[in-house]
Amino acid sequence: MEMFTAIGLNHFLTISAILFSLGMYAVMTRKNAIVILMGVELIMNAANINFLTFSKYNGGMEGVMISLFVIVLAAAEAAVALAIVINIFKTFKTVDVSSVDTMKE
Amino acid sequence: MFEMPSGAEIQSIISTLKSGAGYFIPELYLSALFMVLIILDLVLGGRRKTILASATIIGLLGSVFFIFQQHALPDTEIFFGMYSLDRFGIFFKYFFVLTGILAVVTTMADEHLNAQESGMGEYYSLLVAMVVGMMMMASSTDLLMMFLAMELVSLSAYVLTGYLKRELRSSEAALKYLVYGAVSSGMLIYGFSLIYGITAQTNISKISMELAQHGYDPLVMILATLLVMAGLGYKMGAVPFHFWSPDVYEGAPTPITAYLSVGSKAAGFAMLMRFFFVAVPHAVEGVEDMLGIDWITMMMFIAAASMIYGNVVAIWQKNVKRMLAYSSIAHAGYLLLGIITMDQIGTQAVLVYLTGYLLMNIGAFYVVVLIANKIGSENLDDYKGLGKKMPLAGAALTVFLIALVGLPPTFGFVGKLMIFTALLGHGGDLYMWLALVGILTSVISLYYYMYIPLNMFLRDSELNAEKDFKTGMMQNVIMTVLMLLTIYFGLFFQPIAEYAKYSASMFGAVLN
Repeated sequence: MEMFTAIGLNHFLTISAILFSLGMYAVMTRKNAIVILMGVELIMNAANINFLTFSKYNGGMEGVMISLFVIVLAAAEAAVALAIVINIFKTFKTVDVSSVDTMKE
Repeated sequence: MFEMPSGAEIQSIISTLKSGAGYFIPELYLSALFMVLIILDLVLGGRRKTILASATIIGLLGSVFFIFQQHALPDTEIFFGMYSLDRFGIFFKYFFVLTGILAVVTTMADEHLNAQESGMGEYYSLLVAMVVGMMMMASSTDLLMMFLAMELVSLSAYVLTGYLKRELRSSEAALKYLVYGAVSSGMLIYGFSLIYGITAQTNISKISMELAQHGYDPLVMILATLLVMAGLGYKMGAVPFHFWSPDVYEGAPTPITAYLSVGSKAAGFAMLMRFFFVAVPHAVEGVEDMLGIDWITMMMFIAAASMIYGNVVAIWQKNVKRMLAYSSIAHAGYLLLGIITMDQIGTQAVLVYLTGYLLMNIGAFYVVVLIANKIGSENLDDYKGLGKKMPLAGAALTVFLIALVGLPPTFGFVGKLMIFTALLGHGGDLYMWLALVGILTSVISLYYYMYIPLNMFLRDSELNAEKDFKTGMMQNVIMTVLMLLTIYFGLFFQPIAEYAKYSASMFGAVLN
């Protein structure tokens, strides 16, 4: 019963693992570039949850610091990524990654 | 829960930062150069592209002076163990500055890229930003710093890849590079978070101590290892993580292809070596009971797969840039062979091989740019009969390709020889088999590399346009210098080999 009432390390890690898996699933199965980028955000935030959890249970501040940096970087990456996706939409008239394929094997 | 630092503590932090900055001068200088170039472009207003390019080259050359002064400083860790200064890092600083300069030189030769309407302002500043990022990748000693450096390189590289934004191929390359890059950096940071969880440390030498003292859960370690390997393997372009490279190499502007294929690949290897030699040497043998997966075995598989896949698939390529992309996958495999020996000879061999790869690969792309200026294409079939029209370019390309195969008397031969010597010197059956795979795949590579000179010299052109095939004076000089250097260092490689041996020393790592 305690497993359901007291929230511990395992709960956080499970949530982060689920988020990571969902992110990977979105990246692998979705065709829309924007949804793929949303999947990447999920992966990054899974890592953030891990860092914060370990920071709490290991008793240091490093994890909190790293997760702040990861948030900022995710924002920077989203800015560059959306610029590229807008450019793709202008040239290809679509954001479907499977139809953006002009180069052949 | 956490106390605020007192005034005295803050003072001591500031003084540590001040003393650390003295060890960080080349990076500070190049960051300043990055901003100066943006302002210079604003002042020039998009005209006079040669001035901007020359300013970049002079600025990069200026950083060599600051890097040279670092030889006098002792090996140390600065900024609370975030960053290090050691001979290994200094070697890579020289390496990346040279790569940057050659990339700018290649850019100046590319008429298609310079004809861009929107100007070249951000191009050179992003190129310099990438040099800073790659230097930091080679010297970071902290998980956070490693991730930040890698993202600096990646974000600049995405923009540079898509720089020809009106072109379908360039935009498509940028999108693919971005998607794969974002996913693998996400996997890298997740792997780092697991390592932080196991050890409660972020500095790589402290991680190593923690792993040695308290042990670790093998399953978590393998998972973390796989994730970190995915992040780094993407930068190196090694096999299971190589999907982006053919499309990106084909679509990106050719100077950027040359820059990515040498610079960011070398940065990935530098980071892998530091992480692998310093942080997890104890994790190498301890996890064998778990499915037999450990770092070394995993890298052996990646190396063999890269060599075989890269060299075999390259045979069917019709586009020169695409072919060189597959060849660069194969070269990642050869470089990994030097790393898995985990000793000083292997590290030395990797550094020598990278130097040779820098000269011959950028040289090859330089000639590809010059030819594309004249015939407007990178297809192998259009190269027919070009050897008679552009004899110097043909000769230079042939030398670079011979070096890429690894035949004497070129620098490529020296690099391959040292890698295989290190591998065989290490002993053991598996290492012997890997060397055999390496040599056999080199033989395969002879076929597709030599297909280009075959087309250029022994076949006649179908379109006999009466065009002017003369290249400029400056371009001829650069091509000749690169060609002669490739041959010269193939014969007199002693100084480079010695400098590489001197550089094979990392802060916190003990190599035998």
